Amino acid sequence: MTSVTRTPLSHRDPAWARVSLTLAAVVLLGLLLVLPLATVLFQALSKGLGAYGSAVSDPETLSAVRLTLLAAVISVPANLFFGVVAAWLLTRYKFRGRQLLLTLIDLPFSVSPVIVGLIYVLLFGAHGWLGPWLLAHGVRVIFALPGILLATLFVTFPFVTRELIPVLESTGKDEEEAARVLGASPLRIFFKVTLPNIKWGLLYGVILCNARAMGEFGAVSVVSGHIRGETTTLPLHIEILYNEYQFAAAFAAASLLAGLALLTLLAKSIVEWYASKEGGIE
Amino acid sequence: MSIEVQKLRKSFGDFVAVDDVDLSLQSGDLVALLGPSGSGKSTLLRMIAGLETPDSGEIHLTGKEAITLSVQDRKVGFVFQHYALFKHMNVFENIAFGLRVRKQPEASIRARVTELLDLIQLQGLEGRFPAQLSGGQRQRVAVARALAPEPQVLLLDEPFGALDAKVRAELRAWVRRLHDQTGMTTLFVTHDQDEAMEVAKRVVIMDKGRVEQEGSPQDIFDRPATQFVADFVGETNHVESLSEPGLVVWGPFRFAVADLPGGLKVRVYFRPHDVYVTSDKESLQVAATITMERFKGAFIELELDLGSGKKILAHLPKGVSQASGFRVGKKVFAGITDFHVFSMDGSNKVFRAPGECLPKK
Repeated sequence: MTSVTRTPLSHRDPAWARVSLTLAAVVLLGLLLVLPLATVLFQALSKGLGAYGSAVSDPETLSAVRLTLLAAVISVPANLFFGVVAAWLLTRYKFRGRQLLLTLIDLPFSVSPVIVGLIYVLLFGAHGWLGPWLLAHGVRVIFALPGILLATLFVTFPFVTRELIPVLESTGKDEEEAARVLGASPLRIFFKVTLPNIKWGLLYGVILCNARAMGEFGAVSVVSGHIRGETTTLPLHIEILYNEYQFAAAFAAASLLAGLALLTLLAKSIVEWYASKEGGIE
Repeated sequence: MSIEVQKLRKSFGDFVAVDDVDLSLQSGDLVALLGPSGSGKSTLLRMIAGLETPDSGEIHLTGKEAITLSVQDRKVGFVFQHYALFKHMNVFENIAFGLRVRKQPEASIRARVTELLDLIQLQGLEGRFPAQLSGGQRQRVAVARALAPEPQVLLLDEPFGALDAKVRAELRAWVRRLHDQTGMTTLFVTHDQDEAMEVAKRVVIMDKGRVEQEGSPQDIFDRPATQFVADFVGETNHVESLSEPGLVVWGPFRFAVADLPGGLKVRVYFRPHDVYVTSDKESLQVAATITMERFKGAFIELELDLGSGKKILAHLPKGVSQASGFRVGKKVFAGITDFHVFSMDGSNKVFRAPGECLPKK
């Protein structure tokens, strides 16, 4: 598997083509990815470390960080559970409505997040279908944490399932059937046989899900109401600061979000590295 | 340790996979389920294991009603075509899986796995992972894993299907020896007739969800019960004609069968190796011309033209063909020593020896 194949010279592209193509890719990457990231850091620190420190430790910023992390901490495990169950159902059983379920799971990918937010407002808002009844029972969904959680759950729903379906399909059900014939209970089969086969795909899905949960703007923006220090997540907080011309503070907050994204990216790379070492993800 | 299957039926949508099948294995039997793909043999095996639920019918394992038992409680050993070894467990853990499920003490697990490693001759490889084993080794581990919890019966689903020819041959002999050693009631599915004939003591032939014939390998080969079996097992010539009372005339031949009524559309089957070819005319032979010669390894296949476009195939030992100087264009004489006549009116009635194939007068 790990044999090194040398391309014969005659099959290589000419040197100028290789160099210029590589250069083009590097320049494009630099312009689109590295430069903006550097700018965020540069702008964040433009008023000095002190200003950066106070912007980052601002109570409203901290509250936004807390809310963002809370949304991720709740929605990621929930989607982990539902994602595994849905992927399992879709790959192991042929049932009526299977195709419909597959399409529904992809819905968050195809619907604009803003529309998702609007749907929740229409459903749970003060003048929505269910909102008045819920409000009468003391449950506030829109412009509150439940709404933010619902929106985050919705937009992150497909990641785990979509990541797991191809993995579960390629592993097939032979091993699970073998375990059944050997007398294993369903739980034992899942934890001892299925899970070790899908763990890297699962982790990868969770990381993508987490990245989206922390970075979601559109849907959350519609349902949050932008109540400072209460219902603003980190992306929303950045927008507020930016709109108020507090550029240094906005970029300082943005650097936090970028940091979280970089951590996610790092985790993803580590998972990919381990997975390729074990041959978990094809 | 017996398997008793009665009137078993299973359909997937409109497709009837298994249609009213009866099957019976006594303790210690070694039986092959042989059939083309889609004949329902795997589905039948999976129903016995409990991996599929039959629509109707009965399954008894060692005299006990089994359909209501879960897969886990049936105590069958099952070997899958593609091994289905647990990829992330080493050989030891794979074999030990069924024992750990039963919460056996560590010492007895260790003893049993060691015993099985001896049986499959893979001592010293218990730390390897499936990916580090050859196909033949993997399949042996799969057999050991199935045997570990001491099942009542062993079921194998195309166990050699994914292996190359040489390893297949080795494993066939090994499975036969294993059966002699353990005496375990064994049922295996295959689409390879050589495999079925070589390994099993009894062969059950299935087609389109039904059992076509059941018997010893020799029975099946020499006395096919249906046209399907005559066609499917071994190579065969078949010719069609209209019967006369006690007689089928085809080309230069007359196939005489005492109890054959006249006016029946029939098909006559005879195997290429039951066609004997000589340079000089012997009794009961007719004139023929060799129109094609094919090398088939152990034997030579000749295509014989009997005149007026009637052609048949004959198989001859390589030495005989060479010694007699048979080659394309040579005029020879051919006779048929064994044949079966099937009526084509749907009744699938078979007429056969005592009968004789004679030259037309």
